[in-house]
Amino acid sequence: MNIEWYIVLSSLLFATGAAGILLRRSPIVILLCLELMLNAGNLALIAFSRMVGNEEGQIFALVVMVVAACEVVVGLGLIVAIFRRKLPLNVDELRGLRG
Amino acid sequence: MSATAWAWLVLLFPLLGSLGIALGFRVLPARLCGAIGIAAVGLAFACGIGVLVTLLGEDAEARHHASSLWDYASVAGLDIKLGIYVDPLSTFMVLVVTGVSSMIHVYSFGYMKSDQGYRRFFSYLNFFVFSMLLLVLAGNFVLLIVGWAFVGFASYALVSFWYRRQTATAAGMKAFVINVVGDIGLVLAAFLIVREVGSLDYGTVFERAPETFAVGGGTITAICLLLLVGAFAKSAQIPFHTWLPDAMEGPTPVSSLIHAATMVTAGVYLIARTNVLFVLAPTAADIAAFVGLATLLIAGTIAIAQTDMKRVIAYSTMSQIGYMIMGVSIGAYSAGLFHLMTHAFFKALLFMAAGSIISAMANMQNIDRMSGFWKAMRFTSIMLLVGGLALAAFPGTSGFFSKDSILAFAEARGGMYFWMAIGGYVGAFLTALYTFRLIFRVLPGRPCTEAQELIETGHLYHGPAQNPHTLEPEDPDVGFPGSEHHIAEQSRSMAFAMAVLGFGALFAGLVQVPGVTDVLFSFLEPTFHDSPLASIHPSVGAEWRGLAIGGVIAVLGILVSWLLWVRQPELPALFRQRLRPVYLLCLNKWYFDEAIDLLVVRPVLAIGRFANRVFERYVVDGAVTGTEQTVRGAGGVVRAVQNGFVRSYALLLIAGFAGLALYFLLSSS
Repeated sequence: MNIEWYIVLSSLLFATGAAGILLRRSPIVILLCLELMLNAGNLALIAFSRMVGNEEGQIFALVVMVVAACEVVVGLGLIVAIFRRKLPLNVDELRGLRG
Repeated sequence: MSATAWAWLVLLFPLLGSLGIALGFRVLPARLCGAIGIAAVGLAFACGIGVLVTLLGEDAEARHHASSLWDYASVAGLDIKLGIYVDPLSTFMVLVVTGVSSMIHVYSFGYMKSDQGYRRFFSYLNFFVFSMLLLVLAGNFVLLIVGWAFVGFASYALVSFWYRRQTATAAGMKAFVINVVGDIGLVLAAFLIVREVGSLDYGTVFERAPETFAVGGGTITAICLLLLVGAFAKSAQIPFHTWLPDAMEGPTPVSSLIHAATMVTAGVYLIARTNVLFVLAPTAADIAAFVGLATLLIAGTIAIAQTDMKRVIAYSTMSQIGYMIMGVSIGAYSAGLFHLMTHAFFKALLFMAAGSIISAMANMQNIDRMSGFWKAMRFTSIMLLVGGLALAAFPGTSGFFSKDSILAFAEARGGMYFWMAIGGYVGAFLTALYTFRLIFRVLPGRPCTEAQELIETGHLYHGPAQNPHTLEPEDPDVGFPGSEHHIAEQSRSMAFAMAVLGFGALFAGLVQVPGVTDVLFSFLEPTFHDSPLASIHPSVGAEWRGLAIGGVIAVLGILVSWLLWVRQPELPALFRQRLRPVYLLCLNKWYFDEAIDLLVVRPVLAIGRFANRVFERYVVDGAVTGTEQTVRGAGGVVRAVQNGFVRSYALLLIAGFAGLALYFLLSSS
């Protein structure tokens, strides 16, 4: 099988995720899109690993999964905290970082 | 024990005394603190005797020793040791300082009895003695400067001792600032010496100086002039003298110890110590001699017009130090130091007697208000008279021999120095005049209220507690003199100290009677015998001629004074009217304070004001505000990015990475 297809799929997934982050306002959906982007990266890593023929890419993909899991924990925790404080679940309205 | 070991002990005791009293002031009883102070200085005096005895047991040529405890600083090719130098000159100074100090400590034991700051007083006083001993025993210029600055501080602390008197704190600051000007002169001189000679050690500097410097060269003259700035500021010579009369705000024992007997003579010691340098810079030495002469004449005229008892004596101190400065500058080293010693005795005595009378007057110091103390306070009066006679160089007293030995040397050196001797005799006449003006005002006549009360009830007059200068009422608690006063007639310690010094004032001159005794000069000779001026000796006949002239002038001055202030008391008023400008000039101290105010203080204040209004406001503030505005502006530009929209951050991130990726793609292909 040719490597290009994997890369094309990975790029498409990544672009979808990026577009979702840029366009959607719900923090939950943004988190989902982030996961999508991370998994696009994982796909590319594993594809390259297959192509090169060693295991380094796969190990890296595992590390990315751990990072993704941690990120989801923090992200979902934030979302629950936002919900508890009865703040709007809309990133455009959460502008406390404005300088 | 070696001479240097004794000398280290001399330094140790007052330091221990000062620290002991300062650290233990909460637990030690007040009288014990006084006793510790007296014991510390007394032991230092005993060790000074030890130094003297050890030195006398040695060959005259070998009587100089250097000793050091450890390296004080060793950098940049300079090796500065914590070292002392023991020779006849420093031994002489140690004995004068500790001897007079111990008597003044004994006097203070009674005089300050009711003061709330009794322990503080003795701690300061011991610290002063330590500093002064460090100054005279120092073995290099660095330690000299350390001691020099320490005595300056001790003087400040003691002038401002009654710290709740505004006039006292102002006087303390004035003394300190003028002394610091002198310190700067001394430090700059030390810099020049290091640059030219490469060492600060007395022995090395004095040994190499004749090879390093040409006689009358620019650098050596500059060094000596800078040393003179230090000497003049410490010894209250014109134009650095204005602090001394103000320093009379301190307690009377302080005036007696620091501002009459010891610290103010440090300038004389400095010139005598660095005589090798002054021989190489004859111009500087002549300038010093002229300043000494001018000071002794000007201070004499001012003293005639003053009415504050302690200030009159302060001006006489300036005048007598003028004699000493003139003496050591023209080469009469031993004679100048001889006068230093006798002056220490009789001037300390005069201040003690004045302190006793001022106590009886409840701190009032105006001699116009005093009279009739001969009947009220006989012992004090006798002591005042003894001190006055010695100061006026009455024949037979100590001042008679010492003052004339300076003038005889000046006469023997000839040339313009002959005219200096004439000036000195004019000064001697003024001295007799103002001294006996003071005595004739205070002692004879009908007793004033305060004296009358003392005669009738045997109790001291208790006036309202007030500052004698501003007449402000004051709280007689801490930081002010207490409401109780002490006089020599009722305090054994005061009477003892005065009796000892009175003995010295009368008979100390007998150590050096021309043609008869030669104790002091032969002892000091090894220190000065390398000086080319040491070969000038007035003949015994010339000395006795000088003594005769001096004696006649002193008696004449006393007679004129008697005529003016006792026989025909209306004459001074007549003089005041006829010679009003002269009188005003003397009364206002020749307008030195005003001149310094105009020439130094006001310009400095104006510069300060300019710096505040223009430099600070526009330049410094401008720079600070400018920086702040720049940062704020830059922040304003960057702040636009931080809009709080998470999605726009994401866009920036993604666009940035995409841009980077594109760049690498393009550049790799």
